[in-house]
Parts: sequence; C-alpha cells; structure tokens
Amino acid sequence: MGLIQSGLGSLAAMIPLQPPAASTTAAGIDNLYLVLSGITAFFTVLIFSIIFVFMIKYRRRSDDEKSAATHTPLAVELTWTIIPSLICAVLFVWSAALYVQNGRPPASSTEIFVIGKQWMWHLQHSEGPREIDELHVAVGVPVKLTMTSQDVIHDFYIPAFRVKKDVLPGRFTSLWFQPTEVGTYHLFCAQYCGTNHSEMIGWIYVMTPTDYAAWLAGGEKTESLAQQGERLFTQFGCNSCHTGDATAHAPSLAGLYGKPQKMANGETRIVDESLISQAILVPNSVHLPSYQAIMPTYQGQIDSDQMVRLIAYVKSMSSEERNGK
Amino acid sequence: MSTATADLHDAPAEPGVNYLNASYGIRSWLLTFDHKRIGLLYLASITIMFVVGGVAAMLMRIHLIEPQGALFEPETYNKMFSTHGIIMVFFFLVPSIPATLGNFLIPLMIGARDVAFPKLNLMSWYIFITGAALALYATLSGGVDTGWTFYPPYSSHYSATNVTIVALGVFVAGFSSILTGLNFIVTIHKMRAPGMTWFRLPLFIWAMYATSLIFVLGTPVIAITLFLLGLERVLHVGIFDPAVGGDPLLFQHLFWFYSHPAVYIMILPGMGVVSELITAFSRKKIFGYSFVAFSSLSIAVISFIVWGHHMFVTGQSIYAGLVFSVLSFLVAIPSAVKVFNWTATLYRGSISYEAPMLYALGFIGLFTIGGLTGLFLASLATDVHLNGTYFIVAHFHYIMVGGAVMAYLGGIHYWWPKISGRMYPDLWARISAAIIFLGFNLTFFPQFMLGYLGMPRRYAVYPAEFQVLNVMSSAGASILGIGYVIPLVYLIWSMRYGPVAGPNPWKAKGLEWTIPSPPPTENFEEIPIVTEDAYNYPVAEAHKYPDAPGVARV
Repeated sequence: MGLIQSGLGSLAAMIPLQPPAASTTAAGIDNLYLVLSGITAFFTVLIFSIIFVFMIKYRRRSDDEKSAATHTPLAVELTWTIIPSLICAVLFVWSAALYVQNGRPPASSTEIFVIGKQWMWHLQHSEGPREIDELHVAVGVPVKLTMTSQDVIHDFYIPAFRVKKDVLPGRFTSLWFQPTEVGTYHLFCAQYCGTNHSEMIGWIYVMTPTDYAAWLAGGEKTESLAQQGERLFTQFGCNSCHTGDATAHAPSLAGLYGKPQKMANGETRIVDESLISQAILVPNSVHLPSYQAIMPTYQGQIDSDQMVRLIAYVKSMSSEERNGK
Repeated sequence: MSTATADLHDAPAEPGVNYLNASYGIRSWLLTFDHKRIGLLYLASITIMFVVGGVAAMLMRIHLIEPQGALFEPETYNKMFSTHGIIMVFFFLVPSIPATLGNFLIPLMIGARDVAFPKLNLMSWYIFITGAALALYATLSGGVDTGWTFYPPYSSHYSATNVTIVALGVFVAGFSSILTGLNFIVTIHKMRAPGMTWFRLPLFIWAMYATSLIFVLGTPVIAITLFLLGLERVLHVGIFDPAVGGDPLLFQHLFWFYSHPAVYIMILPGMGVVSELITAFSRKKIFGYSFVAFSSLSIAVISFIVWGHHMFVTGQSIYAGLVFSVLSFLVAIPSAVKVFNWTATLYRGSISYEAPMLYALGFIGLFTIGGLTGLFLASLATDVHLNGTYFIVAHFHYIMVGGAVMAYLGGIHYWWPKISGRMYPDLWARISAAIIFLGFNLTFFPQFMLGYLGMPRRYAVYPAEFQVLNVMSSAGASILGIGYVIPLVYLIWSMRYGPVAGPNPWKAKGLEWTIPSPPPTENFEEIPIVTEDAYNYPVAEAHKYPDAPGVARV
C-alpha cells in the first residue's frame, strides 16, 4: 500500500500542472484560466451527479414499468438559458478586456525584429546583434517583436509568457511581452510549417539588466540595424529617387512611418512595416497620388533580412524627424 | 438484455422477405436504389476509412511515447497526422451518422418508402467512394503532409507531397455531402406520412434537417477553396501567394467558413441520436421538445458566423476578434440548453441501461466537458495561450470522438436490431462502452494538461518534460483501440449468430419500430397515418413518487 502511495506520489511529482509564469501578462491569463477550469469542473460534476442520481433513483424496476408524466415549465427552460448566457457574458467581457490590454505594447518597448524561416528563427536586435533560435532580453524591460516570415506561416510562441502570434509571409505582425522572472524559457513554433516544424524551437534567456548589458557589450561590434539599413538604402539606389527633396520623383520617407497616407487608389492606410514592405515588393499597389507609378519592384532582390534593415532605417528617419532634426 | 429476451417469445417469426434477402449478389447491392442498402454501403465504406484513420492515430500515439519519437522520421509522422485528420474528418465523421443512420432511418421515421431521389442517393455513394479512393490512393502512395487544414503557402508552394490529389478527393467527396443534404431536405419536406407534422417529427429528423442545411450551404465553400488551392499548386495563379499580392489568410477565412460549420455537421446528428436514445431508455417524452429542436437550428445558423475564432492569433484586427469571440460564446448557449434538457428527460423516467443508453450517457458527459472547454477558446485572452497546442486537440476530440463517435456507436447499437434483425450480446456491448469511455478520457484528458503547459500540436519530437503525460495519453489510446475493436467483432458475429430481435426489442416509440426487423424493401405495407406526438410513451396512472414536484396530475 505504501509502495503504491509513494509510486503515485512520485508520478504526481513528475506531472507539472502549470507552465512557468514569467511575464506581466501571465498572471491575468492564469486567473481567467483558473476560473474557467472552476466553471468547467462545477458544471461537469453537476451534470454527472444529476445523471448518476437519476440513474439510480429512476432505474427500471419491472419490465413493463411506465415513466411518470412530467411537464416542461417555461421558467425552467428560461432559467437554464439565462444563467449560461450571463456566465458567458461575464467571461466575454473579462477575456476581451484582458486581450485588448495585453495587445497594446508600452511606448517604451525595445524593438526586436523576428524572421521565421523553415526551420529557424532569426532574431535581430535594433542595436545590431543578431541571434538564431535564441533571444536574450532583460528582465523588466518591455520588448516588442516585429515579425515576418520568409516562406510559410510560422507562429512565435513563448508558453512561459503566455504570448503567441502568427508569423506571416508578406506582412508584419507584432507581439510584445515584459519578462518578470530571470530564467530560460521555451520558444516554440506553434503553426505547422513542414518537415522539421517540431525542431523550430529555441530558448528565451531572461537576464538581469547588468547581465544583459554585459551580454550586449560582449558580442561582436556591429552597426545598429538602422545604420545597416541606411547602407542598403544607398546600395539598392533607393536614395536616387527618395532624396528627401521636394522636386524628386519619389516622396521623402522622413516622418512617414506611423502616419495615415492617402493612396492613389483612394484608400487611406497607416504607414507600417507591412506597407513599407509592400511598397518595396509591389510598389505600384500603394503609390502616393502626387507621384507617378514608376518605381520598379524589388521582388526577388531584397530578402527578409535586408527588408527589416530597410524598415528600421525608414523608421529611424521618422524618429529623427520627431526629434526635431 | 431483459427487454430483448422477453420480447423474443412474443416476437413474430422473422418475416420471409426483407430488404436484406430480397435479392442476392454483388450487383443487387451495387445497383440498389433502396435507402437502407445504400445506408449499409456507406456503413461498410466509412468503417474501412475509420480503420485506416484509427491505425494512423495508433501509430502516432506509439511514436509519441518517446520525446525524440519512437517510430518515425518527422516527415513520416507529419504524413501520419495529416492522414489521420483528413480521413477521419472528411471521410468518416462528416458522412458518419447522416450517410449511414440518416439514410437508413429518415424514410422509416417519417413514414416514407424511400428518400425523395433514390437514384441520386446511389450516385452520392459512388461520388463518395470516388473521393475516398483518391484520398486513400494519395495517402498510401507517398502521403500528404499538410495537416487536414491545408494552410498555404505551405500546401500551395512548399509541400512536395500529394496535396493536389488529396484536395481533389475531398473536393469530390464534398459533392456527395451536397447531394445527400439536398435529398434529405426534400425528403423531410415532401415525403412525411399523413399526420406527421413538423412538431411530431422525432428530434433525429430535426437534427438531420439542420445538418443537411449546413451540407448544402457550407460544402460548396470548401469545394471552391480546395479548387483554388489546386489552381494555386498547378498553375501558380497566386490567390494565396503574398509574393504576387495574394493573401494566405484568405484561405483560412474560406477554409473555416466551411470547417467550423462542419464541426456541427459532425455533432448535430449525434445530438439527434442521443435525443432518441435518452427517450427510448427512460420511456419518456423528451423534456422541452421545441427547445431541443430549435437549438439544433440555431446552432446550424450561428455556426456560420464564428469561423474567425480559429484565427485569433493570426494578427486579425482586435475588433474582428471581439466580434468572433462574442458570437462563439453565443453558440455555447443552445448546446447547454440541449444538455440540460437531456438530463431533465431522465427525471422520473423508467431508466434501463442497455448498451445504447450507456453510449448516450457517455456522450452527455463527454460533450459537456468538450463544450465547456470550448469556453477557454472562445475567451480571447486564454485562446492566445492555448491556440495551436494540445489543448485544442483535446477539446475537439472531446466533441468529435467523445461526442460524435459515442453517439454514432450508440445509434448503431440502438438500431442494429432494426438494421440486421438480430441482437448482439448486450454484456459485451456494455463492457466495450465502458472501455471506450475510460480509454477515451485517459487518452485525451492529459492532452488538456499538455496544452496548458504549452506543448504545441503536430510535433514529431518534443521536450522531455512532456513525456509522462504523453505516455498516459498513449496508454489510453491503446485501451480506446481495444474498445473499438470489440463491437466490430460482436456486431459482425451477431449478423449470423445473434438471437432474432423482433420488430421492437426496446419497446421504443417511433414508426421505425412498428415494422418488421429487418424491414421489407418497401418499408411500410401501407403508409401509416400518424396521430400522436413523438416519444408518446405511456404514463403511469399511479405515480411511483406522487409527492414529488413537477409531476402532472392525471
């Protein structure tokens, strides 16, 4: 008996019940999860118990036994329609509020670019360092990931942070988190992406700010992402038209990022990562009304790595503008 | 069993000519227009598909016993789960209850001699097996590795497997669904016996009607979607290809516009079956007939506007997420109403526990868990964490296997005496129902835990910390597998050796129980005239419990 008990005890010890909770969003989601589990357990036990009691109490005692007549009071039907409706309404409001709140990155977030490709993650810090299948971040610092895929759809998932977002080809999605616990956490691809999908995994290293600063300083010295983008801007000849000059064939890109622009086709769109990427790859679909649609496509010439650098540069032009340059 | 044996004595001798022995030979089956024989053709075909999909599942579970994978290379594992999903969803679950029990029972239950278009009905079966043959050929000759969801651009540009042939198979089989749905809708509208008004219809018919609406309205969308995918693969037209301005998420919208309602194609017929079983084995009128009937229709309608909850983490707008979340919560309510009404039907009934009733009660329990865990996924905030993990896998297996397959087996056991004219050994049937219930929970409950811990689905290898729960799940799967094999053995055995059932072994209500078992080819010698409501079971004059509340005074 004791042996069985200790056996069960060690089995229970081997089964974790909760993933580590290491971000500011984790606790809110865990609370909601707990309440949902409570509701599930309550109604499951309720239904099972009622069935069980009825099964015994109203079991057939003789073969020709008849059932008792019951009627269907409207009040009963309304009760068990309205109570679940109210529970659902509360759950919806709670979960939606949490979702909206969790969807907004703080303005102070550090930006990191993510490129998913079969079957690895490229992570690109704004300061320049580049990582593969590993991401080092500082505890307490909000991080915003701007993500795109070079091939199929992937999904960036950190269970310990309770965050997940699809990583799509041809557009940019974003995700943010603020780590609260120093440690090492799983990074998974959570959207099936082909043969080695289950090996498209990695680690998130959450470090103390001093360790993180040391890590950042310890790597090989690189230019910042925006600086690398500026060199590409020249290399691809972007600067020959986008001169920033009022008489140029192409609009100045300074200050465009994050603002709404009216397109030649009448549509108004916010200039974001997806739009910049589209403007480079399929330029005539998004040209501005006061300019002729003469830009050639860079499809096949600019890969995702170069794209995030160009985007970082365009964004830096905007922030310089804002800083009064 | 007591009911069955008691009935044997006063059962009339097996009628000389019935639909099974009216003609012999393979031709008489392959060219039949008899809805009952066509139902059996489907039964045989989908049983084969179930075995194929089940073997794939078993191999997956064995593979996952070890974190680094016990059997296959990842490539083979990916083909295994794709085969499992495609075969089980499109070639077993979608046709399961409608094409077998629906075909067999709809004319019997409404007092008709056949469906409205018998030839079209046979054609539907040929279309189905054409699609099934294509899918089987594609999976056995090299396989397909996209998952059953076929998401581009992986499926359209990157996968080097037989995607086009499988998509063609699903496309073709879809026409079988559309034609079957059309046939059922017309049959239910036009062929009801005199006096069989809409509100005297058995709830199984209401469920089949709601299912048929989804067949007719939803299936064309998946057909178009897979056709576009085929064009994309073969001609590179670029609809889903971002490199030329296409949109891979458009595919997901179209896919789930069908595939979410398809979940209700799988579960609504099961709900219909359970309504029949609960009433028959508690000898009681269903509690809240019109609420159960209209909840089927409202589920069918709402199911078309919740597809976006599959896409909460794709980066769709927050507002779209909010709308789809609230609509998804809405679909929970008619489902809850059904569960409460079934449970209340037991109240003051005369309940017996033959195997079909055990399946029905198992269905209610597992469907309850499956439905409630759906709330975790309708909730936006928790869905972000659980989407794409084993939590999803557990949730939809509770609905589709714990729900739909339990109901399908319950229905097969309940109507088997009508179908075959024979009884099966009830003790074995009860044992297998219990084994299936236990095996199912052991297989899929640990997967809820795995999902919350963060294990993504479709992983051929996984971190070692998830191993214990995976081993438990695999152990459960082997128990579940045994539970599925037992009925296959005794049902086949009973066709030859089972005791004669007689027309109504369960003493159940319903027109199908008023005719001999097996029924004659023309079903009814004379078309019956219906004068009473469904489930009009006789009520005790003197109550067993005269003092209890809720009892009508008679």
